[in-house]
Amino acid sequence: MSQSLFKTLRNCQTVAIDNVPLVSTTAFRNAVINAAESGSRICAFFGVPQNRLSGQLVTEQLSPAGIRLFAVLANDHEGILFITSTDVHGSYDALTPECPQAHWFEREIFEQWGIVPEGHPWLKPIRFHKTYNKTEGRNNAPETMIGVTDFFRMEGSEIHDVAVGPVHAGIIEPGHFRFQCHGENVYHLEISLGYQHRGIEPALIGGPTKRTLPYMETLAGDTTIGHAMAYSHLMEAMMGIAVTPRAQAIRGIALELERLANHTGDLGALAGDVGFLPTASYCGRIRGDFLNLTALLCGSRFGRGLALPGGVAFDLDSNLVGQLQKRLRLAFEDVTAAVNLLWDTPSVMARFENTGRISKETAENLGLVGPAARACDIVRDARYDLPSGIFRFSQMPVSTWGTCDVFARAYVRWLEIQHSVTFIQNQLEMWPEGKTETEIKQLAGNSLAVSIVEGWRGEICHVALTDSRGLFNHYKIIDPSFHNWIGLAIGLRNQPISDFPLCNKSYNLSYCGHDL
Amino acid sequence: MINVLLKTVTQKNRTMDYPKSIPALPERFRGLPVIDPAKCPANCKLCLEACPTDALRDGLKIDLGRCLFCNQCLRACPHGAISFSRNHRLATRTRKDLVLKGASLKLAESLDNESRRLFGRSFKLREVSAGGCNACEADTNVLSTVAWDLGRFGVQFVASPRHADGLFITGPVTRNMHLALLKTYEAVPAPKLVIVAGACAISGGPFMDHPEVCNGADSMLPVDLYIPGCPPHPLTILDGILRLLGRL
Repeated sequence: MSQSLFKTLRNCQTVAIDNVPLVSTTAFRNAVINAAESGSRICAFFGVPQNRLSGQLVTEQLSPAGIRLFAVLANDHEGILFITSTDVHGSYDALTPECPQAHWFEREIFEQWGIVPEGHPWLKPIRFHKTYNKTEGRNNAPETMIGVTDFFRMEGSEIHDVAVGPVHAGIIEPGHFRFQCHGENVYHLEISLGYQHRGIEPALIGGPTKRTLPYMETLAGDTTIGHAMAYSHLMEAMMGIAVTPRAQAIRGIALELERLANHTGDLGALAGDVGFLPTASYCGRIRGDFLNLTALLCGSRFGRGLALPGGVAFDLDSNLVGQLQKRLRLAFEDVTAAVNLLWDTPSVMARFENTGRISKETAENLGLVGPAARACDIVRDARYDLPSGIFRFSQMPVSTWGTCDVFARAYVRWLEIQHSVTFIQNQLEMWPEGKTETEIKQLAGNSLAVSIVEGWRGEICHVALTDSRGLFNHYKIIDPSFHNWIGLAIGLRNQPISDFPLCNKSYNLSYCGHDL
Repeated sequence: MINVLLKTVTQKNRTMDYPKSIPALPERFRGLPVIDPAKCPANCKLCLEACPTDALRDGLKIDLGRCLFCNQCLRACPHGAISFSRNHRLATRTRKDLVLKGASLKLAESLDNESRRLFGRSFKLREVSAGGCNACEADTNVLSTVAWDLGRFGVQFVASPRHADGLFITGPVTRNMHLALLKTYEAVPAPKLVIVAGACAISGGPFMDHPEVCNGADSMLPVDLYIPGCPPHPLTILDGILRLLGRL
């Protein structure tokens, strides 16, 4: 790629906003499409009102209602990020027809700012909120009425439409699913979200404030550590401080405990969805054992109040290290026995194998992340490709499987459980000395930083832009679910509708992390 | 098959014998907050300034309906006047009772005799997540695992509001879930109860006063039980439900 089109940066590196290339929309479009075609992927693609960036030198006179689009891409093989930007007014030619990865991002830009990506094949709201761009004449985004949109429909005799949600049958978050079916067979599933929208991104502007950390911990509560860690890394990058190895080790342990609890819970839930009760029952309990290890660390089963900018709020003394080692070993023995029952049981394997297949090529085109991508034989794990924090010192192997089905998504989780346990044991054996907190500073002004952390669902990406005072004038959050919901929708094509719960569980995506 | 049977032996029976004994909570568990007035100098407002949801008020009051149990007040207080006890019992029958002054919290009283006759031995709940972050949901779900075995108390989460005796609400009630929540409430046959769990469902929690949320379910539905926390520990939820049913 041309140096002038992109600024190259590492994960958790701060750059001056002035150093982000500002190119013509045609050049921007071509650069992003070419990069995606040559194996890079879009981590973040979002708009910021130009008038919020006025502290910055720009080459042309900009109207106040213009939007600057930023694209952050990653090259996983080289372990680098690169960023570019362009100014748009009213509309631009959509990237999606040539770069399907941009699909959801362009819908978000349309909904947030009323900027129309011309030629987008599927331009409808993703969260159903009012546009943030209040300028007259630019309000092209539809007025919001949740769930009222132009749903995809098939016509024909005996075609029927199955609508599910927003209130689902279990204790789960709300979302709406529309299946276009012929008999049992699903031709298309449309996923319509937004019910969980709490307005987190607009509330972050002007921060950091005392509510910023609680927002990070609750934007997807089952990924408390993942998002709090991404935020902390970002803040530390913009403050220009380094946290101690001990604090990094504690964060890493907490992140892997979060992964252990959720992967164990998911394997139990997958067993439950095929009616295999032994593993479902055991994993339901063992998941709690892992959550209780996080509570041992910080008092909260979800890791609330642990990671914060500058370090961690709780230390691990030798007594706790001993307790953690012992209880981790016992929980791992239990989960090993419980999970291995799955692979030994033909009735389970018959339901897992060849269900919800999605080709590697499709997964790459859609830009899937996390276990869903690794189950399609894609080597993509931010702990390995774009390491930050403790993973710069302690390398994680990437767990992949090549069958692209429910079995692969389950088996990748099991491989990751084993690696996470080994990682935690290694950390505890070479326990670093030192403090747990470093003094925090003011954020760098007129800057931009990108922070990427591999949460249990996949890549968590936070991007912050600061004004001249070092306060956020934009904060972008991309939960892994933002990339992956479309994978579930595509994976369900030509599957029996009765397999939907199983396919859905094999992704187990976040509604609130998507809706923000 | 023999392998499955063998595993049932090694994995053992793990259902806890609560309420006969209380399961051990971790050392660092943050339960009912305690303020020591003797250590709190006049005109010091450091904890008030640090609290992200303004749960702390003048006069050493703590609104548990807003409290995230987040540790910020404790970190801000240089005098060591605030601490969190390991007391998990937090549920109340009224919103007012959640405003804690001093050490004693007026815990939830049981339903009247007629309601207990109806619900005391079989109580079915329909859960509605209305903007919940999946932490309250996860720690409610956990009550149905073998470790807690909620069913042994006659309490069960059911799939349809038509089968339910009440609603169990989590999340700050987003504008986008407002209608769905009211429709679900209407679909529950009367007489019915409403339980709100977590700071969000009680007050809006961290999302309080966002234009996108309704600051919890309190303003729109008659609430019978408030379970504070962010999220409440499963033990806190179970304690609240059993108190409501007069089982504790």
